[in-house]
Amino acid sequence: MTRTGFVIANLWRKKTRTVLTLLSIVTAFLLFGLLQAVNVLFTSGADFIGAARLVTQARVSFTQSLPMRLLPQIESVPGVEHVMWQQWFGAVYQENTQLIFLATDPARLRLVYPEYIMPDAQWQAFESTRTSMIVGRNLANQYGWEIGQKVPIASNIFPQQDGSKNWTFDLVGIYDGKDEDWQRNTNVGWINFAYFDEANQFGRGRAGTYTIKLADAGQAEQVARTIDAMFENSPDETKTQTEKDFNIGFIKQIGDIGLIVRWILFAVFFTLLLVVGNTIAQSVRERIPELAILKTLGFRDGEVLGFVLAEAALLCALGGLAGLAIATPLGVAITRATGGNLPIAVDGTVWLVGGIAIVLLSLAVGLLPALRAGRLTIVDALAGR
Amino acid sequence: MSEAMVQVRNAQKAYVRGRQTVEVLHGLSLDIPRGDFVALMGPSGSGKTTLLNLIGGLDSPTAGEIRVGGQRIDQLAGGPLAEWRARNVGFVFQFYNLMPVLTAERNVELPLLLTRLNGAQRRKSVAVALEVVGLADRARHKPKELSGGQEQRVAIARALVSDPALLICDEPTGDLDRRTADEILGLLQVLNRNHGKTIVMVTHDPKAAEFANRILHLEKGQLLEQATAAA
Repeated sequence: MTRTGFVIANLWRKKTRTVLTLLSIVTAFLLFGLLQAVNVLFTSGADFIGAARLVTQARVSFTQSLPMRLLPQIESVPGVEHVMWQQWFGAVYQENTQLIFLATDPARLRLVYPEYIMPDAQWQAFESTRTSMIVGRNLANQYGWEIGQKVPIASNIFPQQDGSKNWTFDLVGIYDGKDEDWQRNTNVGWINFAYFDEANQFGRGRAGTYTIKLADAGQAEQVARTIDAMFENSPDETKTQTEKDFNIGFIKQIGDIGLIVRWILFAVFFTLLLVVGNTIAQSVRERIPELAILKTLGFRDGEVLGFVLAEAALLCALGGLAGLAIATPLGVAITRATGGNLPIAVDGTVWLVGGIAIVLLSLAVGLLPALRAGRLTIVDALAGR
Repeated sequence: MSEAMVQVRNAQKAYVRGRQTVEVLHGLSLDIPRGDFVALMGPSGSGKTTLLNLIGGLDSPTAGEIRVGGQRIDQLAGGPLAEWRARNVGFVFQFYNLMPVLTAERNVELPLLLTRLNGAQRRKSVAVALEVVGLADRARHKPKELSGGQEQRVAIARALVSDPALLICDEPTGDLDRRTADEILGLLQVLNRNHGKTIVMVTHDPKAAEFANRILHLEKGQLLEQATAAA
């Protein structure tokens, strides 16, 4: 027998209690792994999107569209390299599956987003086919779409001239991302604006937002200020911000995800702290005489403290690592199941934060009972005082 | 029996219980020669267990000297005192105090985790100790699978396994029937006579005390008399 063996033997003293406690830790860390990945996604996931792009929206709300006549004025601002516009299509596929589809000018999309990789022939087909659309690799894989296919997409915003909300587009291209981050982001579909603009019932010449590619990212603030100043006190006041801020703002329409995630994690860990802390404390209370006997045999106070702390750490580590180990493939499965719309990567960062959480949890639940065990006096403990 | 194994000089011990200070030992002095088997008797509250705890290094006197094997243990505390206990004393208690999660052999092995012995050496020592107490065939059983007498034998094997010179026994037969008690006391006698262990035993049972070489009576924290047992 080793000291580790002794700790393990004590951990399994009451198997049912240990298993139930372990399960609560596993569940908490499973949740932690997934939510932490979501948190990373929402707080830093847009980092790869450079600040070299700005988004101009209507000052009141991005749901208000802007007139196309703003385009030449925006293009004239020093520091602006390329400008594209896009209109949110409100796409619905099959039985109420909402997709991210935007209408835009193909040539401008290619200039503003060089990170999208697609063969020239497909870019040309996107420009020259009126009813064209292109989709990202993830989206195509999810629905098994192939080039040449006609895809029926409904819009929950824009009806056609005949009143029908059902549209059909020709899939002429499938784009990839230039690197791993951008490949993960290939879940958007783009439709040819020219056709959309002509065929929709709500009128022409309106852009939802403008995306501006800057010649120099360092000029972002100045360009944004210039654009907004240009339209100040006009009927179409604008709000220009970096693409990252716009995306985060878009997500925050449903709430501050990072804050929500942090509160959920706080609640989970606080509950876990009570459950596991109580288990360890109870376990120590039950064997005060045994701990006194260890001291009687010659184990030092620090060694007895170490046994209890090691037990708490082993319990937390077993449960925590198992939870993270389950969360990792589950994150991959969720990413696949959502076609990349919710890319949950339980990666090294999440494991690192999880490891720190395990250490902190071990100390939080184990330190007080361990100190109590370390401080107990043999004579009093054996006498039941 | 030659030089003193245990020397107690003018030992005093007081406990603070709430607002009261209870004096248990009042300047007690005592010599126990090496290889002796001493029974401490007396009414409850007379200070028997307190004296035993002082001799075994489980507690420290308020005043006075405790010397065991020539070493002043009243001047030790904390880690050094724990280390001294591990090397020099074996303990046997009324309620055995075995670890319920460990088998008999692992209970006996526990004190050896404090030594530098490797796994094979520890297993050998454990086998010898269990053989001495006649429980070699029950090595793989957990305490709840053993009778009271067998549990106490395991506790004795645990006390013996590091080969201490001094055995401290606090009511070792207090929880056993007469026949089993006699077997345990017989075993202690063998350890004293054949293995040279110095034994200090607290008991309420006059028949148990008869197995000792000497019986010391305590009352109100003072030694009353010394008697030599018939055994």
